[in-house]
Formats: sequence, structure tokens, C-alpha cells
Amino acid sequence: MNEKEIIYFDNAATTRLDDEVLNEMLPYLKDYYGNPSSIYKLAQKNKNAIERARQDIADIFNCRASEIYFTSGGTESDNWAIKSIAEAYKSKGKHIITSEIEHHAVLNSCKYLESQGFRVSYLKVDKNGLIDENELKKNICDDTILVSIMFANNEIGTIQDIKKLAEIAHEKNILFHTDAVQAVGYIKIDLKDLGVDAMSVSAHKFYGPKGIGALYLNKKIKVLSYLHGGAQEFSKRAGTENVAGIVGMAKALELAYNNLEKNNLYVKDLRDKIIDGVLNNISHVKLNGDREKRLANNINFSFEFIEGESLLLMLDAKNIFASSGSACTSGSLDPSHVLLAIGLPHELAHGSLRITLGKHNTQKEIDYFLNVLPDIVKKLRDMSPLYEEYLSKK
Amino acid sequence: MNYSEKVMEHFNNPRNVGEIVDADGVGIVGNKKCGDIMKMYLKIKNDVIEDAKFKTFGCGAAIATSSMATELIKGKKISEALKITNKTVMEALDGLPPVKVHCSCLAEQAVHAALFDYAQKNNLEIKGLKMPEDAKEKTCCAGKNGKKCSCAN
Repeated sequence: MNEKEIIYFDNAATTRLDDEVLNEMLPYLKDYYGNPSSIYKLAQKNKNAIERARQDIADIFNCRASEIYFTSGGTESDNWAIKSIAEAYKSKGKHIITSEIEHHAVLNSCKYLESQGFRVSYLKVDKNGLIDENELKKNICDDTILVSIMFANNEIGTIQDIKKLAEIAHEKNILFHTDAVQAVGYIKIDLKDLGVDAMSVSAHKFYGPKGIGALYLNKKIKVLSYLHGGAQEFSKRAGTENVAGIVGMAKALELAYNNLEKNNLYVKDLRDKIIDGVLNNISHVKLNGDREKRLANNINFSFEFIEGESLLLMLDAKNIFASSGSACTSGSLDPSHVLLAIGLPHELAHGSLRITLGKHNTQKEIDYFLNVLPDIVKKLRDMSPLYEEYLSKK
Repeated sequence: MNYSEKVMEHFNNPRNVGEIVDADGVGIVGNKKCGDIMKMYLKIKNDVIEDAKFKTFGCGAAIATSSMATELIKGKKISEALKITNKTVMEALDGLPPVKVHCSCLAEQAVHAALFDYAQKNNLEIKGLKMPEDAKEKTCCAGKNGKKCSCAN
């Protein structure tokens, strides 16, 4: 592997913008600079581009264009969905159900609502990160207004049975939101079939630009204005639109959907080569998350006796860029809440490595990674007092 | 993580990694829960630290501070080694990101814990040396649960 080549294994964090998407965006960053809310041709062209993108996205997800709202990304979509549903339906009840393994955009929105007098139940997950339907049923109260469960987990890749969970909520007339940020691009989503009432999407997870996302809100939902100002986004989210971002997201989604099966097969093959390669060649390693119900691009290992940040730094030195649920990478003392929720002891949660593949990764990169990893793990274990303790007890 | 070149240099080429089988003092601080454990081995002769080795489970800063601490105390008299604080270690590494300061505390505490072990084994009283909190309670040296780091931040 050439010194200058980089191996990007962090596609759940963000992805490289597709050239085709960039080309679609460029005119809107330069020549078509008109404000879509103005009436002259230069502006109307942009207004049309936004509405075309909205329709294209709606067609892909099988919903109405008027049910798609553009946002700045997954975090904003999650905040908007959860807080505005809570606000709009609080006269019906003040209880919300979510899970322990949600993204912080959901968890901290819920924490905020707790400070505003709402009650939130955080569903536990099993050792693979799956939610038990009965747990959801048990936690539903008379005053439950919303259930928010992520489609696929960003850390361990576990995919939930969202259709089933949404059905359970609907039996009790409860609204259902899903954070589908990691799922879009890997799972075909048909909203008519899935049945959720709200869904968060972020473009930069599927080779689109950063700073743009969408929120699907079913027509039947009472939608409160979120940003007050002009009449953009059906007067629900004011502010001049990110035209280039919107156009880019629609293009990226189209490409992702057209190539979904092909890319999934390709990435899954690489994923399984890494999983098998690591489990067969390094001892005291655990694969976190479900082996089958897992995103095609997600790998999450825990290496006993070593700490995640050190592992990342040593991989970085080899130009391999990955991620960890170690506390040291987050600036807090606690390791990943997801890894703790699936029951990992702290030391194993600290010793985690997340590899999230993408369509640009190659077999050669996988081979190189599998070649250098055992030595890195060995070097860190040789330095570890925990490994020394283990060997002395053996 | 925004580490200085010095930190990265010590992380990539840590000095004095290993064990001393017939160590005169061994100290262990930190705990698994926090993701940092440092074990320090000292060989002491005539009041002088002749050799120091370490093993560390932890992040880049934890490994770099362990490495630097062993470098700083080797060849020093016990009284001089006690003067080496977390600040000394940090400065020698050209600084640490704020969230990593506790790693330098842990390095200081590991040296103190090893010296305390030496003093106990030899029935000595070393002026100014107490059993470090981190070794006694095996807590994190980062003010978790209201516990403040016992060294100078």
C-alpha cells in the first residue's frame, strides 16, 4: 500500500461526495444564485429545482411531496420530529418511548423534553441490540403519544423490525418516528409499506453533501412551525433553502436507490471478509451487534485488553481511518452508550473498533488492513497490564 | 485528537515498556471502567531510581504520559522524583488536550504508588509521600462522581 493512499473505513460518520452529485450541484452554487422565493426567472428556476427534488425524493420513498421537509440534516430532523410532535400532542399525553441505543440527537431531544415535564421510557435491547416487541408493548401507557426507534444503529449496525414496531404503536393510536439516517442507502424504504409517521434522513451518509437532510412527516400529523420566518417549507421551517444541497440530496438518493442491491452485495462481501478474517486470526475479539440483522457496511469489534483510541491512532499511522466507541474519542469518560446497552463491560466497550465500509473500498484495502491489524493489536496487548494479568492467571 | 508531535512520538515509540521482574516497588492506578490503567515498576538502589518500566491500558495520552514519566524519573533520587508532577510530564510533552489532562495525573500517581509500595516493603517513611487516592480506591483520576483529581490540574 502506497504511503499516500488512505483507507477510509468511517462511512457511517460521513461519505465522500459522488462526482455525479457534485456536478448536479455546481450550477446552483454558481450560476443559479437567485433566491427561490423571488419571482423572476433566475429565482423560479431554483424554486422548480427544489420542488422537483422534493417530488423525486417522495417518489423514491413512496410518499407525497408535501410530506417531505428539507432540513439541515439528521440531527435537525430528529429534533424537529420529536419536539414538535411532543408539543403538538401534549394535550393527549406526555409520555414518549424510545430506546437506549438511539443517536444522541434523539436521546438528548428526549432528555430536553423530560426537563419540560414529559416522561420518557428508554427501551432496553438484547445483547445484539435488538428491541423486543413485548418490551415496547409493556411500556405503552394511556398517555403515550410517540415512539421513536432508530431503523439501523450507527455503531453496531443492528437493524430493527420497524414495520412491526410501528404496527404495535399504531394499534394504540401512537405516532411512530424512526431515525433512518444509517438505513437509507442500504435498505429500500417504502413508506406506504413501512407505515411510520415520521422519518429522519441525512444526505451525507449516502454520498450526498453535508448540511442537508429531510424529515418525512405523514400528512395526518399536526405539524408545528419549527423555524419562524418566511413561507419556505410550507411555512413550517423558514429560511432561504439550501438549493444546491437539496438538488444534491435528490441525486444522491436516486443513485443510492438505483445501485442499492449491487452496492450492498459488494460491500457485504468485503464486510464478511473482515469479520471472518479478524475473528479467525486474532484471539479475544468479539463482534458486536447482530450477525445477520446488520447493515451491509457495518463492523464493530471489541478487542480485549486494549483501548480503542490507541488502536485508532495506530491505524491512523497506517493511513487507515476508523472509529471507536471508546470514551477517549468522545471527550467524556463513559464509553459508548450503545455498547454499554448491549451489556458489554466497560473495558470491552473501551476497546471497540468500528469499521464502516463504503462502495469505494477495495479488496486490496481489506487485505492490507487484515495484514497490519494483528501486529497493532499485539503491540498494544504487550503494553497492557490487563493482558499481563490475564496471562498470569492462565 | 489534537496531540502534540511529542505526544505522538512517545505514543508511537514508547520508552521503557515492560515489566521488572524483581522490582523494588510496583504501583497500579486507574481502573478498567474509566479505560485507563497504569502499572509502574521501579528498581531502586541507594535512594536512586535505577530503572523504571510501565504497562498501560489506555488512550494515546495515557501511553505517552507513562512513557514520559518513566523517562523523567529514571536516574533521579526519590526526593527528586517526587517533585515531578503531572504538570512536569505535560510540559515535557508540549501539552495535552484539556480532556486528556487526567492522563498526566495518572502518570504522576503511578510513580507515587510505586514509590509508596517500595517504602512499605522496606519499612521506610518517605517525606511527602502518601498512598495516592487513585491506587487506594482504584478510581479514575478525572473528577468522576464528584471526586476531584488529587493532583494539580
